[in-house]
Amino acid sequence: MKRRDFLGGVGAVGTAGILSTPALLTSASRALAQGNDIPVGLLFSLTGAVAVVESTLHDAALMAIEEINAAGGIHGRQLRPIIEDPASDPATYADRARRLMIRDKCVSVFGSYTSASRQAVLPVTEQRKNLYWYPTLYEGRECSRNVMYGGAVPNQQQDELIPWAIENFGPRFYMIGNNYVYPKEENNYCKTLLSEYGGEVVHEEYVPLGHSDFSSVINRIRSEQPDVIFATVVGDSDVAFARQYHAAELDPAKMPVVSLTRSEVEVKAIGGEAAAGHFSSAPYFMGHDTPENEKFVEAYKSRYGADQVTHFVSEAAYFQVYQFKAALEKLDPANITPETIRDAAVGLTLNAPQGEILIDENLHTHLWPKIGQWQTNGQAEVLVESTERIAPKPYAAYDGQTCTGEGLVKA
Amino acid sequence: MDVIANQLFAGLSMASIMLMIALGLAIIYGAMGVINLAHGEFVMLGAYATWALQTYAGLGILPALPLVFVAVGAVGWVIEKVVVQNLYHRPLDTILATWGIGIILQQAVRLGVGAESRFVKGPELLSGNTEIGPLIMSNYRLFVIFFSIAVLWGSWLLMTRTEFGMKLRAIIQNRSISECYGIESKRVYSITFAYGAGLAGIAGALITPLFSTIPTMGTGLVVDAFLVVIVGGLGSLIGAATASVLIGEATALFSMIMNDTLGRIAVLAGIILLIRFRPRGLFPTETRR
Repeated sequence: MKRRDFLGGVGAVGTAGILSTPALLTSASRALAQGNDIPVGLLFSLTGAVAVVESTLHDAALMAIEEINAAGGIHGRQLRPIIEDPASDPATYADRARRLMIRDKCVSVFGSYTSASRQAVLPVTEQRKNLYWYPTLYEGRECSRNVMYGGAVPNQQQDELIPWAIENFGPRFYMIGNNYVYPKEENNYCKTLLSEYGGEVVHEEYVPLGHSDFSSVINRIRSEQPDVIFATVVGDSDVAFARQYHAAELDPAKMPVVSLTRSEVEVKAIGGEAAAGHFSSAPYFMGHDTPENEKFVEAYKSRYGADQVTHFVSEAAYFQVYQFKAALEKLDPANITPETIRDAAVGLTLNAPQGEILIDENLHTHLWPKIGQWQTNGQAEVLVESTERIAPKPYAAYDGQTCTGEGLVKA
Repeated sequence: MDVIANQLFAGLSMASIMLMIALGLAIIYGAMGVINLAHGEFVMLGAYATWALQTYAGLGILPALPLVFVAVGAVGWVIEKVVVQNLYHRPLDTILATWGIGIILQQAVRLGVGAESRFVKGPELLSGNTEIGPLIMSNYRLFVIFFSIAVLWGSWLLMTRTEFGMKLRAIIQNRSISECYGIESKRVYSITFAYGAGLAGIAGALITPLFSTIPTMGTGLVVDAFLVVIVGGLGSLIGAATASVLIGEATALFSMIMNDTLGRIAVLAGIILLIRFRPRGLFPTETRR
């Protein structure tokens, strides 16, 4: 640890020097991946507030790397994972990303769970013309040419969900989310869908991140009697919300919580009994029945413990490494740079645990949205499966703006 | 009207949880002048002890309560003996030391048990609601309210009706004179600290069915508890009770009128105003120091 800190300090000083001489900078990036193994960065928080979920992404990505290495690597070359722990702090993400991209000459970095940390890395990866593989579902409204987005954007999670929820439960939606950008953007898109399908918002509210007493929210829900609780509450807040909702004996059959953020991880902490009957929309559930998923879940459990769960973000962290591998296999081994990897990745299809996915030219991923109902055993039963792969539209809520292969286009 | 009644109950429920946490803090501060920043971690330890007893010994929350009280009290007793006792004449250093202890406890749990949120099952007996007209009250929350009143009553009896309480009050009045009369202040302090820690442990056990059990859960809770102690007047049991009801109800009503985010801001602004005019809280203890 000490030695790494020291090297980090030296690295930071070195960076300042390099930045002032752009010519050096380009020649350094051309020298990428000339060794015998291929350096890739893993930038997931293993400590700090978001480590609870983010460390599972690290585990899944690392497992994929080691599977690839065990199967002989790529063009006979091994992947060399370089692990950094940004400790849940956005500024540290930027710092460690710089270190991975400059000092360690990684041709790609896999990392981040929260939007805050992705946005901290964004200027670094764009400046270094590197490639940052981001596995989480997120709020959209971003169109970088240096980030590979593996998770769902609002249109992929909601296009099927909202009409389905209106049809099955009714048009009156109660929106509850944490107070930051993700819930607001999701609700924003939800409102455009609601007006399209004849739904309405009876109440929209945001609680602070980490909020843990939902008694007044529950009272309000009880007096409003909405048809659907549209939830974008994250992490521990979601656990507290679900448990208190259950303790208040609100019936999921009458007022179901439809969540965009609740995965197997949260349900494990909520307890199957309290989570049962409510819904989540996601491209992946642990119980999904494909041979790829069976293999993934089995490998994950045997490696990290039988009580561990896989979820829609760890699945993406896993398949993104395989997308990276598939892109590299298309390339001439002498010409591996982040940009050639990106160009090779566009249009790639891959059999992921959720189904066959495709990388769009806007670098987001075509996914298979599903609606799952939670059961008392902590697993989701998939009720609705999208009949077709849904294309990612990160600017779906913003008329006249499209994310394309040339970046953001404004009409 | 129904909304207001239900919201008042929600406020009372929040107040009871805050009171459970603040009581230990108030007693430790009032008796010993130690600002215990590790108090939130005692709450967390209580929650994890409950989880461990349920997972490994199959004990429900209610039978686990006395065990949790003893276990967390013992941790508090050791910490008092090893660290806090050496710092009684250096109040600033106790803040630093207890904060450090808090971090150590938090990381120890993170390393030993893991960072993910743990599941604790609520008692079957207390599931369901009691409905009186339009008022719908969760049985478990009702139980927490009554339990916190009982603990308050018990603490008050301990302070005023036992020999131990008399000694403690004597030490609060004047430590040196009390020692001259043969009261072993060190011992009294250790027991008081352990008692405060044990109360925090019980609070942690009681909130597990409602909140999420994670290593950092104490940090947010202890802030509310500090607010209660400051508003109530340092070291006053009645003050802590009044203040927690006041803050709980204010939070509930503000968040009904506005929303939870603005409600929280309004409550904090109110508290700042209050301590501007009553700097020693609602019920300051009259002691000569």
